[in-house]
Amino acid sequence: MHNISSYEETIENFTWKSVEEELGYKPGDTINIGEYCTDRICRLGMGKRKALIWQDHSGNVKTWTFDQMRVDTNSIAWYLENMGIKPGDRVCLFMDKVPELYLGFLGILKMGAIVQPLFSAFGTESLETRLEDAKTTAIITQKKHLPKIRNILKDTEYLKFIIIVDQKDELHLKDREHILDIENLPKLDHFHTYKSTAETPSVLHYTSGTTGKPKGAQHVHYSVISQYITTKYSLDLKEDDIYWCTADPGWVTGTSYGIIGPWANGITQCVLDSGFTAEGWYSFIEKHKITVWYTAPTAIRALMKEGEEVIKKHDLSSLRFLASIGEPLNAEAVLWSDKVFGMKFHDTYWQTETGSMVISNYPCMKVKPGSMGKPFPGMEVGLVDINTHEYFDKKGVVGIIAIKPGWPAMFRTYRNKKEMYDQKFVNGWYLCGDRASIDEDGYFWFVGRDDDVINTAGHLVGPFEIESALLEHPAVAESAAIGKPDHINMEVVKAFIALKPGHEQSKMLELEIMNFIRKKLSPLAMPQEIEFVKSLPKTRSGKIMRRVLKAKEWGEEIGDISTLENNM
Amino acid sequence: MENAKDIVLDYVKQEYLEDGDDREIKYDTALITGGFVDSFSMVSLKVFLETKYNISIPDDKATPEAFDSVNNIVELLKGFGVN
Repeated sequence: MHNISSYEETIENFTWKSVEEELGYKPGDTINIGEYCTDRICRLGMGKRKALIWQDHSGNVKTWTFDQMRVDTNSIAWYLENMGIKPGDRVCLFMDKVPELYLGFLGILKMGAIVQPLFSAFGTESLETRLEDAKTTAIITQKKHLPKIRNILKDTEYLKFIIIVDQKDELHLKDREHILDIENLPKLDHFHTYKSTAETPSVLHYTSGTTGKPKGAQHVHYSVISQYITTKYSLDLKEDDIYWCTADPGWVTGTSYGIIGPWANGITQCVLDSGFTAEGWYSFIEKHKITVWYTAPTAIRALMKEGEEVIKKHDLSSLRFLASIGEPLNAEAVLWSDKVFGMKFHDTYWQTETGSMVISNYPCMKVKPGSMGKPFPGMEVGLVDINTHEYFDKKGVVGIIAIKPGWPAMFRTYRNKKEMYDQKFVNGWYLCGDRASIDEDGYFWFVGRDDDVINTAGHLVGPFEIESALLEHPAVAESAAIGKPDHINMEVVKAFIALKPGHEQSKMLELEIMNFIRKKLSPLAMPQEIEFVKSLPKTRSGKIMRRVLKAKEWGEEIGDISTLENNM
Repeated sequence: MENAKDIVLDYVKQEYLEDGDDREIKYDTALITGGFVDSFSMVSLKVFLETKYNISIPDDKATPEAFDSVNNIVELLKGFGVN
């Protein structure tokens, strides 16, 4: 029996008010995600249930019950408040998937500050850009990431506290650095959780666009209403489940469905703080008897590449439901999972700005391999014309995915970029920026991005950021970055580079440029291929025409090139 | 002449540890599972090996397991006649 037994009936009867009632929330009440995921679960009698089962790459395991998590998040909230951090301040989490990341996330929310999770593999420039935009007050990190933070310290006067979770020795602390040792914090049974209301800012996630710097999508505490119910319906989580979301909380999946959704449902979840290997992942599933697994198409394709022999070495019979998120899940991967695990991966679709799932393949529904599924109940999702942005209802015609605003987890603004936020809403619809079509049965089928943003392994990377960083390399005269098709990651970054006079192309220079971007931005932004060219295609006004390069790379029609200034 | 084991170890330390990061990387340190090198960064490590030793490592040999330690990388290189 699934949590949602009939999609049609649920669509018919669903209201957000009924979800509020299920959670005991009334408009105007205090609503705090930290409290909803810990104290509330304990009040419901689930305090002794395991909340977190954490394992490192050496196989060491630590666990927290909901009650222990309640106490530790109280302690962290108290520690931050005592330090002088105020409600509304931005507190960045810049860590690997260590327990302090998960506990810190809820502790920050409990004391009313805004959590700003950042991917710990970000290089110095990516980190600084995002801290600068958010005017971050405090950053919680690990010793291993300190060098990157110390590198940018002189330009970050607003950053008052650098809090290190694995430093024992105060002797080596530098300017603004403090130690947070959860084990030695006073265990607080009670903390006066900040009385946030529905529209109080909660989580600030940065996302990339085609132009300009990354944008901070601001979410609010009311998002938990969406995250709770989408977790329950789309991931079908039930009280006895052992759940594993493989996403890093530096990205929105890792917070909406790796923290908030499952814990607001009182579900036990596992975290593996280790790099990817097929053997490591299957061992983890077997060891902890994971029942529901939410992962990314890139990971699924990487597992496919490793073959079936490694699967046969493990007892994976605990698995009962599989879902995926990040980029479209290809039909071949769905069929493969059916063959090797005896069940299909259920693709889901949403994005940083939506905060929660928008389109899903529900457990009660027939999966059409390769399809995104159908809109979540309570959400009006359709297509608008690519050029006019007018809504249309024609089957099989490609348009831009659009949602009627008003669902609880919708982002409330782009920090410092209100104008950009407003531009996302046209003719009464929020435009997702992705193209799709709808078939006769109402299933959505992904076609591609509506802009130049690169989707690599489910993460959006802005070409402008890469191109700007490339220009800082002494050998680069001009550059363009595009997404190149990749059978594992869907797209990887490919850079076209024209060199300055006096520089010769070579494999060593290519490697040097790759590492330059990796350290400056992130491994995701690192070009996996570099093509040296004499010049780049430009419009007469001098704008680089990425679409010409992309069309050539993808073997597509180049389209109108009447504005092209030069030959490639 | 320096052997491949030390060349790879030096390169990994130089490229994948930030200045000031005092973690130790040894021949048997887990690079991928230990979080020093992720699957994207593995590509630049592969390019380094291919350029340095003038070899071409096919995708099916460039697995996370094969790159998970300096010792594993050296074993991989042996298959291409590099010692």
